[in-house]
Amino acid sequence: MYGKKVKLRFFFIISIIIVLVLSVFLILKSLEENVVYFQSPSEINKFSEFEKKKIRIGGMVKEDSIKANSNEISFVITDFKNEINVVYSGVVPNLFEEGKGVVAEGFLKDKNFFLASKILAKHDENYMPPEVKAALGEN
Amino acid sequence: MASLIGYYSLIVGGFLSFFIIIFSVKNFKSSETLDNRIIFFSFLQLLLVFISFLGLIISFINSDFSNETVFNHSHTTKPLLYKIAGTWGNHEGSLLLWLLVLTLFIFLFILKSKKQPTKYVILTLLFQQIIIVGFFIFILKTSSPFNYIFPVPKEGLGLNPILQDPALAIHPPILYLGYVGSSIIFSSTLSAVTLNYITKKWASHIKQWVLISWIFLTLGILLGSIWAYYELGWGGFWFWDPVENVSLMPWLALTTLIHCILVLEKRSFLTSWVVILSISTFTLSMSGTFLVRSGILNSVHTFANDPERGLYILLFLFSLIFLSLFIFFFFHKQNENFKISLSFLSKETFILINNWFMMYFLSVVLIGTIYPIFLEVILSEKISVGPPFYHKLIVPFLIPFLFFMTIGPKLKWMKSDLSKKINLIVFFIISLLVASLIVKNLKIEFLLNTILITFSFYLFFVTLSDFVSKKYKNLPQNIAHFGFSLFIISILFNNIFTTEIITNLKVGEKFESENYKIKFENLYQKDKKNFKSIIGKFKIENSQGDVEIMEPELRIYNQPNISTSEADIRTNLLSDKFITMNIVQNQEYFNIRYQTKPFMMWIWLSVLLITISGFVSFFKKKYEN
Repeated sequence: MYGKKVKLRFFFIISIIIVLVLSVFLILKSLEENVVYFQSPSEINKFSEFEKKKIRIGGMVKEDSIKANSNEISFVITDFKNEINVVYSGVVPNLFEEGKGVVAEGFLKDKNFFLASKILAKHDENYMPPEVKAALGEN
Repeated sequence: MASLIGYYSLIVGGFLSFFIIIFSVKNFKSSETLDNRIIFFSFLQLLLVFISFLGLIISFINSDFSNETVFNHSHTTKPLLYKIAGTWGNHEGSLLLWLLVLTLFIFLFILKSKKQPTKYVILTLLFQQIIIVGFFIFILKTSSPFNYIFPVPKEGLGLNPILQDPALAIHPPILYLGYVGSSIIFSSTLSAVTLNYITKKWASHIKQWVLISWIFLTLGILLGSIWAYYELGWGGFWFWDPVENVSLMPWLALTTLIHCILVLEKRSFLTSWVVILSISTFTLSMSGTFLVRSGILNSVHTFANDPERGLYILLFLFSLIFLSLFIFFFFHKQNENFKISLSFLSKETFILINNWFMMYFLSVVLIGTIYPIFLEVILSEKISVGPPFYHKLIVPFLIPFLFFMTIGPKLKWMKSDLSKKINLIVFFIISLLVASLIVKNLKIEFLLNTILITFSFYLFFVTLSDFVSKKYKNLPQNIAHFGFSLFIISILFNNIFTTEIITNLKVGEKFESENYKIKFENLYQKDKKNFKSIIGKFKIENSQGDVEIMEPELRIYNQPNISTSEADIRTNLLSDKFITMNIVQNQEYFNIRYQTKPFMMWIWLSVLLITISGFVSFFKKKYEN
């Protein structure tokens, strides 16, 4: 009934739609798997179960809490309400100092213990990550 | 004084737009030839903006702290180069640079388009003037670089030390030539759509402008990437950071645009693609500016968190998008007397397929960049999207992408069969063998890596053989595709073969592993003009017994008081050695990272090669005319 051209065009449009739907689905699915959520120590304190998902924790590095040995650096992140111990083996950024803001990325082992795989670099002494500002401001 | 002259010439320059627009509208109605007054006033505007910019540079050189911008971003002890570079190392100055490039490009465009229809040139000028006026208002209202402070401070606040670097000194102007260059493409496309002038002739004329913009954008990204590699101390060259992504997106659009224009030039179709891509390239450049300037994305690029500025750019951006979409829907006509017959085996089909892949890559980067922003605004949930997201979604699709890139140039326009099939098959088998031999002995996922390396080598061998055998029928394409294959191969090997040691050492201590011995020999200090530097001396011995002395550095700047770490990098053709050192506060330990990074240099060289292909294409065209 329909000409060959119409059929061809119909087929073409359908295949484009399928491709679009597939790629959107793929992007969203991958987004869900690879997104890293940001939490403050107080939010973590309310956790009841610990997912094996990568998260970010932000707050202040507690005074006199940085310790180092040849493999690891450990320190405490605080939002002045709750604290969490962080163990990290990796490179620290230049502005990683006690009393300054910090964001650590890694895995939560339990309520008080965080195994970091990355500490985020800050480039400015006055700069505080917006997440940290928010986390500190909430309290 | 220089500030004052700069300020007034900026204001006068802004008023000139008024005259240019009036003359242009008059000229457009009674158009025979281009009114000389338009050329004159455009030149005058360029001159005034240039004087204004020069005024700012002189204020920076003289450390004139009565100027607020200079006070905020300069310091008397800063070396001359960084005083000058400080001019565009801040929000206000960099916007003035935007404006300068905008006026420069439209003036050159008027001069270079004498053979084009007068109406088209005038309308392009009018569209460009809309953008120029927008920027004049933006600068004068929200971001004047010439604000006066009294009492005059004795000393400035200084420039962020990690920006005090030769590569970063020229990174912004080069990147801007690319970003702002796309404004001309935007204006001229809108003008061509309105006048129904999207033709083969127009394509070969606008191609030059696309190439210029693309060359500078590529170089600008390369410079930023090289800087990130040696200055940020992570040893990587691309972090999928939102501020990097916003420069990649216009690049992807622009690269696709070049391919579409080639098709338009030869076959006069894909007109809608050309129009949409021209609009997207410029709006992506603008949104890039919006995102990094508004303080939504936090990075070195964020100079000021002034919501008024962000709001202004956003409104301006939306009105430009609205205008261009309006023009596209109401004026754009498909060429109806021309029936397109697409045969699958043809150059244009393959280009079209890869265009779709490019659009897919672009959407991945776009979603990864703006999704966190949306989520934060709507649900106030804070997330970040990391490299795995991009790798997972982009890397597998590189395989068909590379394949079409290899075969496409082998096909003819309209319709063709594959000639020299045997060659292509032989090359594929060679690539497959080489790839599986390489991957076999490694502890990495076999299938994906083998296929990926096979197809990169395939492109590599086929383009390489073209260099040898062809009589340079299409040299720019050949160089570009060859460069891209080299780029992908270098990145793959760089990723696979990188080794890394991270340890904390005290002075005098030694780290030993199977492959390396690292000894922290000593620590010494040097005083420079505006920073103190602490240098560590490391003796590194590999398993073959080769010894290398490397000296990473920590710099403590006086103003602002910030420390940066300077990696020590030893480069040779095959591999880079990379070491950084950091203080662990209140501890005697230093945090050490030592990496070997193969083929690092080839990543830079391949991008340079891709840029060169743009130059070749640009000058080849000129020569042919």
